[in-house]
Amino acid sequence: MDFELNEEQQQIKRTIREFAEAELAPHVSEWDEAAHFPVDLRPKFAELGIMGVLVSEEYGGAGMGYIEYATIIEELSRVDPSIGLAMAAHNSLGAGHIFIAGSEAQKQKYLVPLARGEQFAAWGLTEPSSGSDASSMLTTAARRAGGWVLNGSKNFITNATFAETTVVLAITDRAAGSHGISAFIVERGTKGFSVAKKENKVGMRASDTASLVFDDCFLPNANLIGEPGQGFIQAMKVLDGGRVSIAALAVGIAQGAYEAALKYSKERQQFGRPIAEFQAIQFKLADMATQIDAARLLTYRSAAMKNAGKPTTKESSMAKLYASEVAVRVSEESVQIHGGYGYIKDYPAEKFWRDSKLCTIGEGTSEIQRTVIARQILKA
Amino acid sequence: MNIVVCLKQVPKKDSILRIGSDGKWIDERDISYEMSEADAYALEEALRQKEKHGGEVIVVSLGPERARQSIKEALAKGADRAIHLFDSVFDTATDSAAVARAISAALKDEKYDLILTGLQSDDYGFAQVGLIVAEQLGLPSATIVMEVQPEDSAVRVKRELESGWFQWVRLPMPALLTIQSGINQLRYATLKGIMAAKKKEIREVKAADIGLTSDDLKPGQVIERAYLPEKTKRTEFIEGKPAEAAAKLVEKLRFDARVI
Ligand SMILES: Cc1cc2nc3c(=O)[nH]c(=O)nc-3n(C[C@H](O)[C@H](O)[C@H](O)COP(=O)(O)OP(=O)(O)OC[C@H]3O[C@@H](n4cnc5c(N)ncnc54)[C@H](O)[C@@H]3O)c2cc1C
Repeated sequence: MDFELNEEQQQIKRTIREFAEAELAPHVSEWDEAAHFPVDLRPKFAELGIMGVLVSEEYGGAGMGYIEYATIIEELSRVDPSIGLAMAAHNSLGAGHIFIAGSEAQKQKYLVPLARGEQFAAWGLTEPSSGSDASSMLTTAARRAGGWVLNGSKNFITNATFAETTVVLAITDRAAGSHGISAFIVERGTKGFSVAKKENKVGMRASDTASLVFDDCFLPNANLIGEPGQGFIQAMKVLDGGRVSIAALAVGIAQGAYEAALKYSKERQQFGRPIAEFQAIQFKLADMATQIDAARLLTYRSAAMKNAGKPTTKESSMAKLYASEVAVRVSEESVQIHGGYGYIKDYPAEKFWRDSKLCTIGEGTSEIQRTVIARQILKA
Repeated sequence: MNIVVCLKQVPKKDSILRIGSDGKWIDERDISYEMSEADAYALEEALRQKEKHGGEVIVVSLGPERARQSIKEALAKGADRAIHLFDSVFDTATDSAAVARAISAALKDEKYDLILTGLQSDDYGFAQVGLIVAEQLGLPSATIVMEVQPEDSAVRVKRELESGWFQWVRLPMPALLTIQSGINQLRYATLKGIMAAKKKEIREVKAADIGLTSDDLKPGQVIERAYLPEKTKRTEFIEGKPAEAAAKLVEKLRFDARVI
């Protein structure tokens, strides 16, 4: 067992860190305040190769594994979690769904430009009345000559406003329950498809979250992914990988919040010495560092198992559950270590704190992760 | 056009430096390293020239095992192959002349049109290695280069002089140029580049391979003592009438502090 990243993985980590510190760090607060996602950076993301991390080279991707992917999401999120979230939704969900389940023609037409970073992807499962209970969705796709007609809406969709390609789940056979759900590729600008309300969020503000509306939206047969009724199973597979990316996102947030606290604790003087000399602060730092390491190791384990092609439902849920709760705890402690300055926007602590909370909610809440883990444990 | 780039790995800019126990250099434990800044610009310039004119970019670095990290970075950014001067015998080569002797010897059988180095390294800052290499290889050289324009068998370069002045000079190729930081905009290594670098050659060269012994690498210069700048605070009160005091203050700001 080897707990070190290999030479290339370390180099990827350094490169993404260098990129994030130079290109993202100076703008983090401004994008957060304005709730602005820097779409203009797309060519730079593309050049780096981070828009098709897992996609094989024949489809324009970088052909990397999950360890590299987790490392990239962590390093982006250490500086700007919103960028980490946008990249996770693009890579794992939108592009990921087509990569996992799309036909050769769909890969050529849609995946290649996504993986090359010429376009953004979004993924729509959640609806206003169905979140954790995703299969109770209301959006329908009815068969018509040559294709399908979609009606309904999706909400909380990351990258919705600017994505050129969106994968959407809809009911094609209500009687069949979760086996009656199918996945479709929707191009931006398709008649009957529009992006509605953009959410005003507490955190992850620079990441775009909006709802999708389908009003008699016709899609040709060529846009159905796989067979009718396979959509939900595909979605569960997509989420299995997606959880690794949310775990990595959470580790990055925790790492960023911890580093800010460590730095501040050495600089801030009270009672004639740096606050880092007080045992109460030292114990906080020790707990934060330990929990981050544990979260990262769980993330790497699920990533390594994914690479090995093993089933990871339990392990990726464990990583996602633990890392996201660590992100919330660590970022809160970071605010505490900053004292009053932790509550002020001039310091990075409050933003990590706000951003962290998404991790225990998105792509399956902590409660749902525990349910998944328990089901796996008890079935054995 | 074939271009050799000399790279040095130095402690990272944001490192917290501590003096080593022998008092002669910094404590190198717990320090991260990176490519010296001006060398990174030299590499970038070489890659841009290669993209315009074709050819090969060859990286040369003398340093311990960790220097491989910076060599790999150069390969990931697009250099074609590398020569790593890596041998305990080189550990004694701590002055510019000894390092230059090793580099020149390693380049003896290479075919190149240009050799680029950074203007100076971020650690010692001697700004000498490039010039000595040029002397030893019998090449014309230009320092503090801000722009490189190859023309047939010559190269026109813009040199930075003092106080915002520049100078254009023309040198026959092959030539050696020492590159100023900021000459271009640095690129990032890409995921594809990092994977491609796995297959690129890094030739490890020992002193004996290039006919050098420890005698050839003896430094002519040794560091006696390394110490952190000693900071002292001094407050000076300027006496006199407001107008006189202001005039004195301006004079001090201009000639002592040199800030205006
Ligand atoms: C910023 C952001 C980005 C998002 N991006 C996307 C995206 O790109 N695509 C997408 O499809 N979705 C996205 N989502 C939606 C997200 O996945 C859902 O919000 C999440 O799955 C929870 O669903 P819900 O909000 O409807 O909460 P609910 O499911 O209503 O849950 C409410 C509470 O009840 C608990 N609960 C529910 N069921 C159970 C149960 N069986 N046992 C115990 N407790 C239970 C939950 O844990 C939670 O505490 C995003 C959400 C946010 C906030």
